Amino acid sequence: MRGLHGKGDVDVRLRCNPIECDGHGLCAELFPERIRLDDWGYPVIADEPIPRDLEQHARRAADACPTLALSLEP
Amino acid sequence: MTQALAAKTALPRLLEGLADGPLVTLERHHAVHGPMPSPQELDRAELVELIADCALRGRGGAAFPVARKMRAVAAARGRPILVANGCESEPLSGKDALLLRELPHLVLDGATLVARAIGAQRVILAVKHSAPERALLERALAERAARAFDDVSFEVFAGAATFIAGQETAVVSQINGGPALPTFQPPRVSERGVGRRPTLVQNVETLAHIALIARHGSDWHNAIGSTNEPGSTLVTVVCAGGTRSVFEIAYGTRLDDVLAAARVDTAAIGGLLLGGYFGTWLPTSVAGELRLSHEELRRCDASLGCGVIAALPASACPVAETVRVSAYLASQSAGQCGPCVHGSSAIARRLEAASRGSAGTLAFEDVRRWTLEIQDRGACHHPTGLGRFVGSALRTFRREFEDHARHGPCAACTAKAMLT
Repeated sequence: MRGLHGKGDVDVRLRCNPIECDGHGLCAELFPERIRLDDWGYPVIADEPIPRDLEQHARRAADACPTLALSLEP
Repeated sequence: MTQALAAKTALPRLLEGLADGPLVTLERHHAVHGPMPSPQELDRAELVELIADCALRGRGGAAFPVARKMRAVAAARGRPILVANGCESEPLSGKDALLLRELPHLVLDGATLVARAIGAQRVILAVKHSAPERALLERALAERAARAFDDVSFEVFAGAATFIAGQETAVVSQINGGPALPTFQPPRVSERGVGRRPTLVQNVETLAHIALIARHGSDWHNAIGSTNEPGSTLVTVVCAGGTRSVFEIAYGTRLDDVLAAARVDTAAIGGLLLGGYFGTWLPTSVAGELRLSHEELRRCDASLGCGVIAALPASACPVAETVRVSAYLASQSAGQCGPCVHGSSAIARRLEAASRGSAGTLAFEDVRRWTLEIQDRGACHHPTGLGRFVGSALRTFRREFEDHARHGPCAACTAKAMLT
């Protein structure tokens, strides 16, 4: 993916701190394209970089996390 | 380097001289291995290069390249600290305890050499508080201190004896006065560990190998083993009745040769567990072909881990053994990460119920799915290890598990436990 978006762009990934995560599940609601919930309500995040057109959704999911467990990382 | 030592490239290396009794005094240690190189004889950059040339990997279980870890710590900001990890929390492993008990100076030499190489002045030897090796280690340190032997300061740290307490970040957390629980990375301990300083955590066997590499060089080290994985490693072979023995083998050794050395009759075993509680079950049929190297083991989805090889007798019940270990692992979850807390207890309970004959064969489908789903979703490898262990048991002993689900416990289910 790198290089497709033009100069200065870096692919981002969602990363969950499993110790902080309490399984509220808002992230899966806000970003179902990449996040689903397991049998106990904890997020399973697809292991692939997030394309630019979905980055806003990813950011919204991270911002909505009540325990600040979800972050966007380059 | 003496001629006699330079000439001897064969095995045993780490275990050299042990046949005549433990090497607990400096005198015996030096008689067998010769003196440790001085800072003049081996400068700091040189040791890291040597270790890189040996392709040395950590022996705690994760097999991470040692030189890369050393370089990361040396490059981080602040004076680093070295932690020698001798906690050995894998219940089936016995090699680290053997090293601390019978070859303490080999471990301490390695620790001094590595501390010098990364610029650390403080070395913390982490052992279980219950370990009888503690007193022996203190005695070895006193002997070295009396002779002003080391240019670094040593301290012994007695940690918790729980299963996850030996995990790298859990060891650092305890030394910092915190709970014996893993922490989420980043920040990596190589950047911010003990006292917020860059911290290098190395298994005690890894340090013992370094003590010999520093003495004899990489050509000597690489003269045995396979091309990609030179050198030797310690393995703990667990046999019928739970008897454990430690062997030193060259990488690439055939599994059946190791079993023969441990006097295991391959015709009388029903399965092999490689890597301990976080390991992989394999059918006995592989023993004749399999060579013990990371590369070859990866092809059958296994790894040597911390070197445990358990040979389950055909008379034992693999289902009962797996159910007991998975219950133990579920009970040892740190309780911090949702997928581990819920996943490991769900796996253990469902597996137990199905194996008792009260959940049907379809229950194994749930267990299989959960073992995959919890992979890599904890702060430490606990859920990943449990998932691998149970998943491989379901693959290897599919027929046995289904028989139990249909007909309930077998005659061997109540036999004395071997793995727990």
